[in-house]
Amino acid sequence: MTDRRAMTVLDRPNSYIGRSVPRPNAARLAQGRGTYVDDIVLPRMVHLAFCRSPYAHAEILSIDTAAAAALPGVVRIVTMADLKDYCTPWVGILDHLKGIKSAPQWPLANGKAFFQGEPVVAVVATSRALAEDAVDLVEIDYRELPAVADMETALDPDTPVIHPELGDNLCFERRIDAGDVEAAFAEAAVVVEETLHFNRHTGVTLEPRSIVCDFNPAEETLTLHMSVQCPHMSKNLYAKHLGLDEDRVRVICKDVGGSFGIKIHTYSDEMTAGALSVMLRRPVKFVADRLESFTTDIHARDHRVTAKMAFNAEGEVTAIDMDDLTGIGPYSVYPRSSGIELNQVANLTGGPYKHRNYRVRARAVFQNKGVMCQYRGVGHPIAVAVGEALIDKGAAALGMDPAEVRRRSFIADDAYPYTSPSGAIYERQSHRESLAKLLQTMDYEGLRREQQELRGRGVHRGIGFASLIEVTNPSPAFYGVGGARIASQDGCTIRLDPTGGITCATGVTEQGQGTEAIIAQIAATAVGVEPRHVRVITGDTDVVPYGGGTWASRGAGIGGEAALQAGKELRRNILAVAGAILQSTPESLDIRDGVIVDESDGTERMPLAELGRLVYFRGDTLPPDLQPELVATRHYTSRSYPFAFTNAAHACYIEVDVETGLLKLLKYWVVEDCGTVINPLLVAEQTRGGVVQGLGAALYEECLYSPEGQLLNGSLADYLLPMAGEMPDIVVEHVTTPTETSELGAKGVGEAGTAGAPGAVMNALNDALRPFGARLAHMPFTPDKILRALGKI
Amino acid sequence: MVKPVIVNLTVNGEPVSRAVEPRLTLADFLRDDLGLKGTHVGCEHGVCGACTLRLDGVAVRGCLTLAVQCEGAAVETIEGVTERGVLKDLQDEFVARNALQCGFCTPGMLISAGELLERNPLPSREEIREQLSGNYCRCTGYQSIVDAVETTARKRSGQNT
Repeated sequence: MTDRRAMTVLDRPNSYIGRSVPRPNAARLAQGRGTYVDDIVLPRMVHLAFCRSPYAHAEILSIDTAAAAALPGVVRIVTMADLKDYCTPWVGILDHLKGIKSAPQWPLANGKAFFQGEPVVAVVATSRALAEDAVDLVEIDYRELPAVADMETALDPDTPVIHPELGDNLCFERRIDAGDVEAAFAEAAVVVEETLHFNRHTGVTLEPRSIVCDFNPAEETLTLHMSVQCPHMSKNLYAKHLGLDEDRVRVICKDVGGSFGIKIHTYSDEMTAGALSVMLRRPVKFVADRLESFTTDIHARDHRVTAKMAFNAEGEVTAIDMDDLTGIGPYSVYPRSSGIELNQVANLTGGPYKHRNYRVRARAVFQNKGVMCQYRGVGHPIAVAVGEALIDKGAAALGMDPAEVRRRSFIADDAYPYTSPSGAIYERQSHRESLAKLLQTMDYEGLRREQQELRGRGVHRGIGFASLIEVTNPSPAFYGVGGARIASQDGCTIRLDPTGGITCATGVTEQGQGTEAIIAQIAATAVGVEPRHVRVITGDTDVVPYGGGTWASRGAGIGGEAALQAGKELRRNILAVAGAILQSTPESLDIRDGVIVDESDGTERMPLAELGRLVYFRGDTLPPDLQPELVATRHYTSRSYPFAFTNAAHACYIEVDVETGLLKLLKYWVVEDCGTVINPLLVAEQTRGGVVQGLGAALYEECLYSPEGQLLNGSLADYLLPMAGEMPDIVVEHVTTPTETSELGAKGVGEAGTAGAPGAVMNALNDALRPFGARLAHMPFTPDKILRALGKI
Repeated sequence: MVKPVIVNLTVNGEPVSRAVEPRLTLADFLRDDLGLKGTHVGCEHGVCGACTLRLDGVAVRGCLTLAVQCEGAAVETIEGVTERGVLKDLQDEFVARNALQCGFCTPGMLISAGELLERNPLPSREEIREQLSGNYCRCTGYQSIVDAVETTARKRSGQNT
């Protein structure tokens, strides 16, 4: 029964799904043979640098470019007035975020600058150094305007309105009121409350944003070499705003030096590069320097959340009531909008738990700081930290163990599929099993004993938990229904070459997470060849099927399923041809390790290379009614659920020096349930990397602004990132609950580490400080804040 | 603009003579003038470590060194290291252990780790973590890198891993 086997493709002979196969592209990168955008050099290419607003809010009175233009090597200097015929503005709103509003954003400041670092004048020269020399010679007269920096006062009546045409500084508001929150709090045995601050930070991709735009006037084609996560989205946006035929815009994305959500947005400087390439009819390169990255890459978080949680006497969560305020900079970012993060906070807080009473008010406000938008985890780190902080605080008030309160409060294992009070639908989650495995892996009881013993000796250690859910495999409900042309489907085209090799083109992209490896594993398994005989092509809109790319942890679940179905179809096609050649029925044959074999006993019948030779070169020998099709394409969209929610249980073990305020990370554990694990090595490494980004956010990283809206730490010397010396070893284990929405059963895993780590380390810190009656909920948890909480300074 | 200056050096064993602007960094010189794109520029102020290379055997930041400072010097980049095969075991271990994701930090990380293993053939995990704290990696969380360096050190020392 071939169908029976098709239903369990993961169990096929020689399946590569579930195996830690090394990435085929890693050796190239380990030899320094990657191709990042800045490595690309094209004939007649010129370089771009910008005069950027030194003020957070200013009117531009005059611009004098005469001295700069006279500098040898300068090719062109433009202001927004010069670009108006080449580029239209954009507005970052989505139809399904009711009431969201924003102002038009232009490639260069259009009379006013709304944040420090906003590009005002673009200088094109024969080298970046010369372009920067010329930037220094441009004279711009500004009139500084009052800056709206503090999000807490952004909506006050006496605060200036940043975009007067919008009426106020409110970008978006979301409210939820489910169940009877008032009654639940009135009846509660225990109520706890907390105000949490989530620091503004950013992705710090080691490779900065980079683009080479190459307009060919003879063909009216624009080729964009971009460091980007979603090539087809960029193709659409550049065509739309530069007034080009979308079919003549091509996006090529080779190696990407880190993205994490930074490289899915529309940036003024990059769009200017596109407009200038069209204007100058030659290639234009722009590579952000580190200061430009800090001031103009999207920032993330910057939330203040006040929340309370009710518990009954049994230690079960019964209600949550929260208020979230977030400052998003002067524009809602295009095209995904800056409303999504707070929407996620509203949708997901308390996600693992069974309360039916849930009230939220979440507001995004404009301010004159860098723009805020989706970065790895999008809302999850906030939602998780809020819920998990309240659970721990509630456990302390109840006099119960924090793991026990979680166990009692989790959604019942037999309640799935389950609709949360915010309307999120969970297919199936494994919270109890994941937590049980976590407690066992970390030896929870042993750690508690150790903690107790060490306290007696003045050593203060803490254990923190975070249970979480994560949105992955998004359906069109995420962006498509909001009118954004961001594909939630993805495709895979797979072909058998005359050599017997397989070539696979996929719409999902490689950012280093291992897309090419897992697509090769899936294709190899589905067809029946070794992964080394599969070549995977990504990141070229002229070559790969139309797709969404990398975001919202979708590559494995969406792109992987498309690859699986394409591979199965190719296998069927190959077996049909093989059956005709070998005078057998296709059902009696199989493909194993690149050889057509008898399905029953594995007897070798014909290598794929021989089938390829006959099909491609000796069609005359095939039956006259047989036209072989050795190329297959399949697409996949998740439709039965809006999202495939994963779940995880995290634990963090730390030690605090109460004299210096230094926090040492001792160990970290994750039990992750991302459904079918395609490559355990890559899943573990995605998880570890994600945890470290979450730890960085909670402990070190912060974009510090002055009251005037000036970024105070725009360099890597001043903005602290996690380093090897500070990070702990991270143990990763699995519980496997495949999604039944796809045959592959894979959910996403790229963001779960980042989602859980801030809450887990916060809970560990507060656990360590409990004997002192000290508590912190204001990230990042720097030594000075810890000492202040301890009353030492 | 200040007049270019002639600089003579060897890069990956090959003699090179070029006229360079005094302000040109060694990293930009290697990348833009010599086409050696394996040296990556991440911050241009000596913090991230992506441009780490060897200058007369010492690991230095390519972004904090000027090309004109390299008169008579021997520069080795990831391309030269790879060609000589001196880090092949470490590179193989990086691939096997997935100690790289996006790969942008990797050439600098390999050169720093290679220098560490020359100075300290059997470092502890703490020593590896400490020594590699001059090289940022945003993807891996570092554990796999530490594992790869530790495994290479043990194999070189003839220890079972």
